[in-house]
Amino acid sequence: MLHQLKQAFTNPKFLVGFVLFMLMLLISLIYPLLSAFEPLDMVTTGFTAPGTYVSIADVANSDGIGMNVDASAGRLASVLKDEDREKMKDWMVRFGGVAEGDIDLSDTEALLEKWQATYDPAVPQKGLRNADKQAFVRLDKDIKAATNSDGLILAAKGEDGLEEVKTIAGNTYVRTGDVVSKIVMPLGADNFGADVMTKLTSSIAVSLRIGLLAGVIATLIGLTIGLLSGFLGGWVDNFLTFLTNIFTVIPSFVILILIANAISGTARSPMLVGLIIGLTAWPWTARSVRSQVLSLRNRDHVSLSKLSGHSLPRIILQDILPYVASYVVMALILQISSGILAEAQLSMLGLGPDTTTTVTLGIMMNWAQKFSAVLGGAWWAFVPVVISVAIITFSLNLMNTGLDQVFNPQLRD
Amino acid sequence: MKNSDEVMVLKGFIKYYGKRIIWYVITLVVAVFLNFLLPRLMPGDPVKALAIQATQGVTDPSVQQKMIEQYTREFGLDKSMPEQLVIYVGKLFQGDLGVSLGQYPRTVADILGSSVGWSLALQIPALFVGWILGNGLGAVAAYLRKGMDTVVLPIFMFISNIPAFGLAFILIYLFNVKWGIAPSGGGYAFNLIPAFTPEFIGSVLQHYQMPFWTMVLIAIGGQAIGMRSMSIYELNADYVKYSRFLGIKDGKIITYVFRNAMLPQITGLAMSFGTSIGGNLVAEMVYSYPGIGSTMFKAISTRDYPLLSGCTLMITIMVLIANLVVEVLYGVIDPRVKAAQMESE
Repeated sequence: MLHQLKQAFTNPKFLVGFVLFMLMLLISLIYPLLSAFEPLDMVTTGFTAPGTYVSIADVANSDGIGMNVDASAGRLASVLKDEDREKMKDWMVRFGGVAEGDIDLSDTEALLEKWQATYDPAVPQKGLRNADKQAFVRLDKDIKAATNSDGLILAAKGEDGLEEVKTIAGNTYVRTGDVVSKIVMPLGADNFGADVMTKLTSSIAVSLRIGLLAGVIATLIGLTIGLLSGFLGGWVDNFLTFLTNIFTVIPSFVILILIANAISGTARSPMLVGLIIGLTAWPWTARSVRSQVLSLRNRDHVSLSKLSGHSLPRIILQDILPYVASYVVMALILQISSGILAEAQLSMLGLGPDTTTTVTLGIMMNWAQKFSAVLGGAWWAFVPVVISVAIITFSLNLMNTGLDQVFNPQLRD
Repeated sequence: MKNSDEVMVLKGFIKYYGKRIIWYVITLVVAVFLNFLLPRLMPGDPVKALAIQATQGVTDPSVQQKMIEQYTREFGLDKSMPEQLVIYVGKLFQGDLGVSLGQYPRTVADILGSSVGWSLALQIPALFVGWILGNGLGAVAAYLRKGMDTVVLPIFMFISNIPAFGLAFILIYLFNVKWGIAPSGGGYAFNLIPAFTPEFIGSVLQHYQMPFWTMVLIAIGGQAIGMRSMSIYELNADYVKYSRFLGIKDGKIITYVFRNAMLPQITGLAMSFGTSIGGNLVAEMVYSYPGIGSTMFKAISTRDYPLLSGCTLMITIMVLIANLVVEVLYGVIDPRVKAAQMESE
C-alpha cells in the first residue's frame, strides 16, 4: 500500500489534483481563523463590492500630508464617463448655443471650461423631462466637487450650530496604513451583508465534511453489498444485483429529493444531509466492487483459504479486500465529489441543510439565486462559490484519474 | 433456410427484450412504491401543517378543523396505508396524479403535461449535441495528443466539473447583465402568448440558447475523457498495428478505431442522462425555463406534495425510458451484444 501511495504521487494528474484539493482544504481551515468576522456576521447591509473599506471619519480626522499631485484629474475621470461627455455635449448644443463642431469630447479641460461657461440650470430646457434636468444638475455638482481644489471644511455640531474643526486641502493625502478603522472584504459582502470570503471558506469546510460523510457511507454500503454479492453468489447475489440495478436506474437525485423533502427544514443538519446523500449514492460502488470480486473469487489463494476452512469474514478481509482496496479508494474519491455536488443541488432546490446555523456552498448559491445576485450584477456573491465547487470536484476527479492510471497500467500513456 | 434463421433471430430478440422490458416495469413499480411511501414516512402531520398554512390568519378553529378534514379526505389519509396504496395506484392508471395544492385547482397531470415537453425539448438535444461534440473532441485528442491533451481537454474537463446551475449563473451574468445580448431566462418573451407564429418561435429559440449551451458545455468534458481513453486503448490494439503493417491508410484505420471506441460510449449516453438530469433540472430552474425543473422548485417552495411527487415520478419515467431506448439501440448496433442475447436463450 505504501508503495502504491508513493507511485500515486509520481503521477502528475494525481499530484495536481492533490495539491489543488489541499489548497482548498487549507484555505477553508485557516481563513475563518484569521478572519475578523464570523461566517454569519452581518458586517454591512446588502451586497457590497469587494475591496478594503476605510472609515471616512478616521480619514478626515487624521493628519494628512500635502502632496504636489493634482488629485482632480483622477476624480474627474471617475465622474466623467464617456456617456456623460456625450450628454454634456448634447446639452450644450441644444440649450447652450454652442456649435457642435466646437466641442471635442476627448479634450477634458476644454470640455469642462465650455461646460462651466454655458451650463445654467435656470435656462428653459424644452423637451427634457424633469428627471433628465435633475440628472444634469447632479452631474454639474459632481463636476464641481471633483474640480474643487480649495479643499473641504470639516465642521462638527457645537453649541451655536456648526463649528469649523479644520480645513482639508485638495491635495492632502493620508497613508492607508495610518487609517485605524479598516474593513477588508476581499470578496465583498453578500445580500445579508456578511463577508463573502469568510462565509465561503467556512462553507467549503462544511461542504467537504458533508461530501466526506456521504462518500464514506456510500462507499461502506456499496462495498458491503458488492463484497457479499460478488463473493457469496447464488440467490444472495441475484437479490443484491437486482436491488443494485434498480437503484442505478432510478435516479438517486429523485430519491434524495423525496427523502429530504420528508424531513422538516430545521431538522436537516449538515451531517443529516450528508447521511441521506450517502444512503442514496451507493449503487455505482456496489456494482464496480461486485465485478472486481467476481474476478477474484476463483483465484488460487482464495480457493486455498476456503479449503483451509477459514471463516468468511477472514477470507473477505484477508484475501479479497486488499485486492479491491485501490478501487474502493477511487470510488470513495468520486463519491465525495458527487456528494458535494448533490448537497449543492439539494440546497439550490431549498432542501439543503438548515440555513439558520450553517452555510454550505449550495446554500450560498441558493441565496445568490433568491436575492438575484446575478441580475443585480453582484458577481462576487456567486462566481467565487461556483469556482470553488468546480475546483474541489475537478481536483477530486483529477486524483481519481491519476490513481486509475497508476492502478491500471493499460491506461498509461 | 435463411428465412427460418431470421425468424429464430427475431424470436430471440423479442424474448430478450421482453425480459428486459419486464425488468424495467418491475423497476418502475419499485419507483412508484418509493414515490408513494417516502413522502408518507414524514414525521409529524403533513396535512395539519398544510391546513395551518392554508388558513393562516383565520382565527376560527372550526374552519381550520374543516380544512384539516378536507385535506385528509382529499389525500385519502384517513385510510390505512395499504388501502391508500391501492387507491394511489388505481388513480395512477387513470393518469390521475391528484390536484396541485400550490396552483389549485389545476391538476398535477395538466401542469406536468405543459412542462414535460419543454424539458424534453431542451435536455435531449443538449445531451446528444454534447455527446457528439465530446466524442469528437475525445477522438481527436486521442489521435493528435500534445496540444489537445494538455490544453483543450483539461479546459473542458474543468468546465464539466462546474455544476450546471453554477455555469448558468455565470452565463446569465456575462451574456445578460454584462453584455446584454441574451435574455436572462424564461421560455419566451413575457409579452407573447404561446402560438405558432414566427415571432413566438423566434423568441423561444432565443431563450433556448443559454440553457442549451450550458448543458452541452458541461456534457462535453466527461464524454471526451471517456472517448479519449477508449480510442487510445483501441489505437494500441493488435488490429490497428496489423492494419498499419499492411499499409492501410490512416484515415481508414481511424474510422475502424472510432467505430469500436464508440460502442461503450453509447452506454455512457444513457448513464449521463441519469446522472446529469439533476443538475440540468436545477439549471432549468435558474433560467426559469418552463420545464420540470422550475415546476419542481415551485412544488418544493409551496410545499405542494402532489405536484412534487408527480415531478419525481415523471423524471424517473423519463430516465427509465432513456435507458431502455439506449439498451435497444446498443443491441442493434453491437453484434457482440446480439451474440450474448442469443447465448442467453
